[in-house]
Amino acid sequence: MNENLLHRIRGRLLKALHFVTLFIAMAIICVPGLWVVLNSFRPTVEIMAKPPVWVPGELNLDNYRAMFGAVGEGGVPVLQYFTNSLIISVTSTLIAILVGMAGGYAFARYRFKGKASIFIGLMLTRAVPGVSLSLPLFIVMAKTGLIDTHIGLILVYVALNVPFTIWLIDGFFRQVPVELAEAAEIDGCTRWQAFWKVEFPVARAGVASAGIFAFLTSWNEYALASQLTRSTFSKTMPVGLRDFTSEFTINWGGMCALAVLMIIPALILTFLVQKHLIAGLTFGGVKG
Amino acid sequence: MSRFRPPPWLVLLLPAIIILTAVVMIPLLLSLYSSFTPYRLTRPETLYKWIGTFNYEKAMKSAHFWAAFGRTILLLTIALNLEMLMGLGLALLVNKVTYGQRALRTVMMFPMMFSPILVGFQFKFIFNDNVGLVNNALQSLGLSNVAIPWLVDGQLAFTAILVAEMWSSTSVFAILILAGLFAVPRDPIEAAKVDGCTPWQSFRHITLPYIMPFIYIALAIRSLDVARAYDIVQIMTNGGPARRTELLWTLIGRTGYVDAKMGYANAMGYISIFLAIFFTIYFFRKLNAARSELGMAG
Repeated sequence: MNENLLHRIRGRLLKALHFVTLFIAMAIICVPGLWVVLNSFRPTVEIMAKPPVWVPGELNLDNYRAMFGAVGEGGVPVLQYFTNSLIISVTSTLIAILVGMAGGYAFARYRFKGKASIFIGLMLTRAVPGVSLSLPLFIVMAKTGLIDTHIGLILVYVALNVPFTIWLIDGFFRQVPVELAEAAEIDGCTRWQAFWKVEFPVARAGVASAGIFAFLTSWNEYALASQLTRSTFSKTMPVGLRDFTSEFTINWGGMCALAVLMIIPALILTFLVQKHLIAGLTFGGVKG
Repeated sequence: MSRFRPPPWLVLLLPAIIILTAVVMIPLLLSLYSSFTPYRLTRPETLYKWIGTFNYEKAMKSAHFWAAFGRTILLLTIALNLEMLMGLGLALLVNKVTYGQRALRTVMMFPMMFSPILVGFQFKFIFNDNVGLVNNALQSLGLSNVAIPWLVDGQLAFTAILVAEMWSSTSVFAILILAGLFAVPRDPIEAAKVDGCTPWQSFRHITLPYIMPFIYIALAIRSLDVARAYDIVQIMTNGGPARRTELLWTLIGRTGYVDAKMGYANAMGYISIFLAIFFTIYFFRKLNAARSELGMAG
């Protein structure tokens, strides 16, 4: 009887401990993000208050109004940055997906000599640190006049994303049985038709998640963009964040508002594909 | 009259190869060449002067370079290990949850959506010595009555950067390891329980071998873009104060763009590239080993 009770108490304690630890971990994950969102609705005085204001006194949309009206401190052209980011991210993602689909299909369906080393070679191009790559790219682009243009950054982001999209899409095509395409070919499809009508629809979700991964990479990239863009004509939002800093002060409210604008599309897209994304990375890795 | 027809796989891979050659390989060759010249952005003619391995020798003799190099390795080692352990812990915690697990998984992905530069700004504010969240919390709780100079003191700034880096990347590990935990078969664990294994033993000898490949996938993915830490460091301290948090990447960036010594910066850049390649190949090899082990097990 006594032993039973002890056992039950121990079980309860462990359960409580589990709950508390999990709660703390989740709080650590959430708080910094929520703080940003909260600050975007507060006046700078309250953000910088000492002693701190934990419970917000007044919430308003001033920071957002200043941001979109471009009349805030420094008048940061946020809408222009948003458009730049959108054009660059979407275009580079589309191209990266097409190139990645071709490459991923090649790795998933064909056997050829040096396959493993070509694969590693492609991956290694991704491992080159952004700063180290930005130095020669800066020289090349300055010479070819691609600096400070959308096209320049789009090209860079395609190259940045292709290795990863190949990896992800390769994993998804592997899951599609070869017999499906073969059956379609026996029924009179060409290889091209078999791909678009049979294999592609099965792996579509995977391709979409690879696309979103690529989109997020371009959307959030900073090291290269900060050197390859100069003016409002091509600056993306991560680079634009720096406009809110001046030599000694930082306009936290305005910056947080821009940050929220950056996070929202990322948030929506990630929720849409989270399941496929995990499946893609793990299948690509384990069954390779 | 037989025309050469390339194999289909080559045709399919060609676009990827072309774009990677144009945007990555050619600039890297240029950078390799210019690392043997005293090239300065402000004086283009210096690109054609060959000085051999002078830049590399200069880097090898520079105390700043070695300090940054050592610090980078230290940061990567500590960060990757801690991220892996915390990710494993988090994954195990979430795996035990039976109700609302989907929601928790979604919350776990939260930091992945944050741009590294945003993480930098965020933690710059959080660790601000005057109005930052950390100092405010410590003072409100009465744990400390002085403002701790988080980003001014070298050691503390390193810790602050480490925390920011871990916040942004632990979830990658947690999510992939969680996917691995789902794939662990139940039967061996139950059999072990019947045979009288302690929870620790069954974790150590059954669960861990199964999730090892997933841990290596996470490490391989992370090793592909460890240099993302550059964004965080650049915003939080920019290598300062007085080079006390200088990493290889901030040193390269400053030498190249601020001092305009492109040749020298490219030489150091090449060293950082080899470092990255070393990490990547190491983890991909580990991944292959773990994978073949699992192939035998399954």
